[in-house]
Amino acid sequence: MEVIYTGVRQTPEQVVETAIQEDVDVIGVSILSGAHITLMKRLMENLRAKGVHDIPVFLGGTIPLPDISEIEGMGIDRVFLPGTSLQEIVKYVYDAALNKRKKKHE
Amino acid sequence: MNNEYLYELIEKAKRNDKGSIGKLLTILESSPPEAFKLLDIVLRETKSKAHVIGFTGIPGSGKSTLISKLLSFYKKENCKIAVIAIDPTSPLSRGAFLGDRIRMQEHSLAPNVFIRSVSTRGLKGGLSFAGVAMIEVFDYLGYDKVFIETVGIGQAETDIMNSAHTIIVVTMPGIGDEIQALKAGVMEIGDIYVLNKSDKEESQKTFEYLNFVIESNELVGRLGWRPKLLKTSALMNYGIEDVMNAIEEHLQYIIEHRYFDSKAYLRRKLLVKLFIEKLLIDKLELEFERLNIEETPGLRNQLNVLREKIASSLKELELYI
Ligand SMILES: Nc1nc2c(ncn2[C@@H]2O[C@H](COP(=O)(O)OP(=O)(O)O)[C@@H](O)[C@H]2O)c(=O)[nH]1
Ligand SMILES: [Mg+2]
Repeated sequence: MEVIYTGVRQTPEQVVETAIQEDVDVIGVSILSGAHITLMKRLMENLRAKGVHDIPVFLGGTIPLPDISEIEGMGIDRVFLPGTSLQEIVKYVYDAALNKRKKKHE
Repeated sequence: MNNEYLYELIEKAKRNDKGSIGKLLTILESSPPEAFKLLDIVLRETKSKAHVIGFTGIPGSGKSTLISKLLSFYKKENCKIAVIAIDPTSPLSRGAFLGDRIRMQEHSLAPNVFIRSVSTRGLKGGLSFAGVAMIEVFDYLGYDKVFIETVGIGQAETDIMNSAHTIIVVTMPGIGDEIQALKAGVMEIGDIYVLNKSDKEESQKTFEYLNFVIESNELVGRLGWRPKLLKTSALMNYGIEDVMNAIEEHLQYIIEHRYFDSKAYLRRKLLVKLFIEKLLIDKLELEFERLNIEETPGLRNQLNVLREKIASSLKELELYI
């Protein structure tokens, strides 16, 4: 696995553009600020506007439970809450990436 | 992947569609048959105008930060710039953590800048081929400058460095061992030496020492060019314009001495070797893993199995041609 780290405090537009130039298999975003609904909405809209429909996006951070269904409704593949084991996240990324590649070859 | 799709990617990439460029680069990293098709087109039509600049030096010396500051200056010149940032793959996990981009993210939305992170990959044949091939693709797409960042160790990185017109060695103050390395010729490759982090106290001493090494001709320049030594602080944005001027001066020098095109030819020639090497080494590594010593007793038999497999990978080459 290769991880391209952008550093903290990226705008949704920067995340999308980075993912596009790096041609990534999966996008992972960590948000602790509480602005997850607005930021992820902007990120997903930006991603779709750029014609990207095949990169799974997952989110981690301090996300209140009631927000999860709204976030998943935006097309975000998975939300990880604090305390999730690293193993679980790695397994998710692995499967999501394989899945994306499989679809690409169909 | 069908040809239509590849042609479509190429057409869109020519119009600077970043997503299509990104996908072309992935092809170079991951799929030799498609990489062959792509490079066949690229090398037939390319004009070889891009100025390729390699940045090397120990981790932490500030290469990525320096590149980022240079991008700010070059952006003002209306230059189209590609950055290929190479980080090592862990030999144990075969994974990589690519962190060069962190320092360059302020440029991520700039229309004339394209940044791609590349890992050296486990397989020896992988990286240097993809890295050199990426240079060709950016050149073909009309990028004016291609910046390549590597840590400068290993054959793969040497190949990348040999593909650059201008080589910048970035160093920092207080690195006693590195100066020994400089003296020992490990870094005798620089056209421009940058002492970065000159905001640090001990920098003057290191500068004087480096200056002495260069003045006393212990560092022999490439192609008759006298290596330059510059002081910068990428953090404080100091001395960056001097680096840009030195890069341009070196460019003028190699154009005037007619080295510009010959460098591009060498790079192309290297690419041919790296392509075949990649096919052979990838195959060898794969078959080596599969080789069952217990079921294939005797060195003669073992070598024979590998020989047959490698021969079959050369047969595959015929499919491309
Ligand atoms: N003091 C000081 N720190 C710097 C300077 N340039 C880079 N750094 C810091 O050195 C560290 C490594 O920089 P980076 O550009 O990633 O180095 P690289 O590994 O050579 O690419 C980072 O923490 C930078 O902020 C400089 O001119 N002065
Ligand atoms: Mg770096």
